[in-house]
Amino acid sequence: MGRYAVKRLIQGVITVWFIATATFFAMHAVPGDPLSGDKALTEKIRANLEAKYGLDQPLMTQYAIYLGNIAQGDFGISFTQENREVNDIIREHFPVSATLGILAIVFAGLGGVLWGALTAIYRNRLPDTIIMFLVILGISVPSFVIAALGQLSLVNINEWTGVSILPVGGWGTVWHMIVPSMVLGLGTMAYLTRLMRSSMLEIINSDFVRTAKSKGVPPTQIFTRHQLRNAILPVITVLGPSIATITTGGFVVEIIFAIPGLGRYFVQAVQQLDYTVIMGTTVFYGAFLVFMVILVDLIYGLIDPRVRLE
Amino acid sequence: MAELKLDANAFAPIHQEQEIQSISRPSLSYWQDAWIRLKANRRALISLYLIIGLLIFTFLGPVVWQVDPAQQDVDQISQPPFADRTVTLVTEYEPWYGEGAVAGEGLRFVEDPTTQYIRLVWDELPGAAGGYRVYRNLFPIGPERAYGLPLIETEPGKRFFEDRLDLQPTTYYYSIVALDAAGYETESVETISGDVTRVITPSEARGRGLLAEGENAAVGTQFRLATHPLGTDYLGRDMLARLMHGARVSLFIGFFAPLLFVLIGVIYGSIAGFVGGVGDQVLMRFADFVVALPFLLFMILFKVVFAIGPGESGIMPMLLAMVILLWPATARLVRGQILQIREEGYISASRLLGAKTNYLVLRHMIPNTMGVILVTITFAVPSAIFTEAFLSFIGMGVAPPTPSWGSMCNEGIKTMLTTPHELIFPALFISVTVLAFNLLGDGLRDALDARMRGRE
Repeated sequence: MGRYAVKRLIQGVITVWFIATATFFAMHAVPGDPLSGDKALTEKIRANLEAKYGLDQPLMTQYAIYLGNIAQGDFGISFTQENREVNDIIREHFPVSATLGILAIVFAGLGGVLWGALTAIYRNRLPDTIIMFLVILGISVPSFVIAALGQLSLVNINEWTGVSILPVGGWGTVWHMIVPSMVLGLGTMAYLTRLMRSSMLEIINSDFVRTAKSKGVPPTQIFTRHQLRNAILPVITVLGPSIATITTGGFVVEIIFAIPGLGRYFVQAVQQLDYTVIMGTTVFYGAFLVFMVILVDLIYGLIDPRVRLE
Repeated sequence: MAELKLDANAFAPIHQEQEIQSISRPSLSYWQDAWIRLKANRRALISLYLIIGLLIFTFLGPVVWQVDPAQQDVDQISQPPFADRTVTLVTEYEPWYGEGAVAGEGLRFVEDPTTQYIRLVWDELPGAAGGYRVYRNLFPIGPERAYGLPLIETEPGKRFFEDRLDLQPTTYYYSIVALDAAGYETESVETISGDVTRVITPSEARGRGLLAEGENAAVGTQFRLATHPLGTDYLGRDMLARLMHGARVSLFIGFFAPLLFVLIGVIYGSIAGFVGGVGDQVLMRFADFVVALPFLLFMILFKVVFAIGPGESGIMPMLLAMVILLWPATARLVRGQILQIREEGYISASRLLGAKTNYLVLRHMIPNTMGVILVTITFAVPSAIFTEAFLSFIGMGVAPPTPSWGSMCNEGIKTMLTTPHELIFPALFISVTVLAFNLLGDGLRDALDARMRGRE
């Protein structure tokens, strides 16, 4: 276990280095440069600015400096915002995105397990048909449409009742978080429901469930102890990739619900071509996702003793 | 030992057994079998018809409905489907300076509101020491007192206003708010609502081709404007034409990106699977790194890198980025399949018969992975369409004015409260297409992949 964890961590670090390198050379392949903006610069000012941002160095020197800075957790200074460090931006906006993402994952996980188990128990009966129809809808409707419809129905509900039960946008209180996190988790929930259903169907017909039944174990106990616990395992394996889906899905939800998260900031930075912010957030997100996947794999090994982590 | 006596008859073949082993039904090829299975799956079959219908809509649609998707119909902006298309002829515009008495009390219209102008007059409000502010809204004024768009501030003595700002045939709610001496809004407010009639002047009618040059018509004559079966968007462009042309972009990316990256994945994967050993290790390690790249982040990054020049739609950069990022999944899959097939008996048999490597790969390995590959492509189509829509939605996709379903959603979402059809139609097309491909993919997987059969 310990050796496996170390091996995976080393792999993860190499992957992050690959991501950082790909990002660096991709951004340097962009035609034009960050200083050829709206203002015409004189030779002197241009040279000064290039020296300030280290753009006058040879490419490989820049790359070495960049890697050194990243290794120390320094992502540089924003090009479009005066004196704002990328680290500050991440520190300020990432907690918002993380809160939203965690709520969405919890919502998707709980919902997926519950609905999936229900559909398997009521296989080919009305609840199964209805839920699976909704699941197919959830998989087929793009996240931004779900977000827009969620907001639209909020507006209508608020208008109909005459009071603002839940705010339509913004961030701050718990009330602001409910609808965006549900909307964000919906697609993943649909996917997890499908997965849970098939894994539950396999478990229902397994020998140990039959044995438990013949021993006279009460049905609720069979459900919680034998079926649910075993059926959940495959759901946990896809939680890692699901985190990636929810992270990028957050971009859209943050834009639509006007949430000051890092995703919205990233999209803005891309639209304004703020090079250091794009590079910094890409590497940060990349590292985050890589280590989340590793974490989920390690947790999976802890939960399921049958998986030998080698 | 007892003597066994056998005559020649004992060695005659038993005829019955031959009959048992004979083939009673016509033998089916893999693809015939798959087609029969697919036909039995009603959901998959309906999806297949839906996709064929969508292709007809995309490629034959523009031939039947020859409307330029970039053509702006300024008389019909943000019109829902089946909207009233009549327009009434009025006299040319003449300036108005509040002259003429108007019967009635309080805030009132001088004439019935038209899209040419809306003229308001009002009586003095209490506490209007600093004049009045005039607002226009698309919604009734609720208790939160959102008055909408501020139009003008007038002098205390000037109690009339003419609105000519971008008038649309809808219902407007006008409010006048009295301002105190310091210019702050007071509590005294008056509100009025009116339905606006769409009108046109003779000179405009000539410009639109409704009236011939030199021809005249009586005031009050009604014309019918151009038909837009699915309404128009916020610039007055025909939704149906835009959906058809947008389908080209969405389906182009939806089909070609998967085809290309699956092709690359198949070549890469079969090389890795066939070479084996160290070469395989190196090739697959590299694929692992590409898989680890966060997909949408790098899609955005690559879109920036392959920066779009002026006048380019941005479809090619998107296609390229997708192919660069998505091939490894297929490569892994194909490699696994090849490794498996390599050990099969019929490969050894074929080799024994003197088959060359090329023959083995082309004749046995790739055809035997075709089922898996086809299923991969079918599932890759909806995710490519989703990706296009996502990128266009956040403004990193197809550049305007080229329509795509994603960018249409992006535009429609801004006006979803007043004109929801601008969001609903493209969203519906994306959803139905993705749904159809997902269901068809399920059906194909059941039909083609014997090992996955019966799983859900």
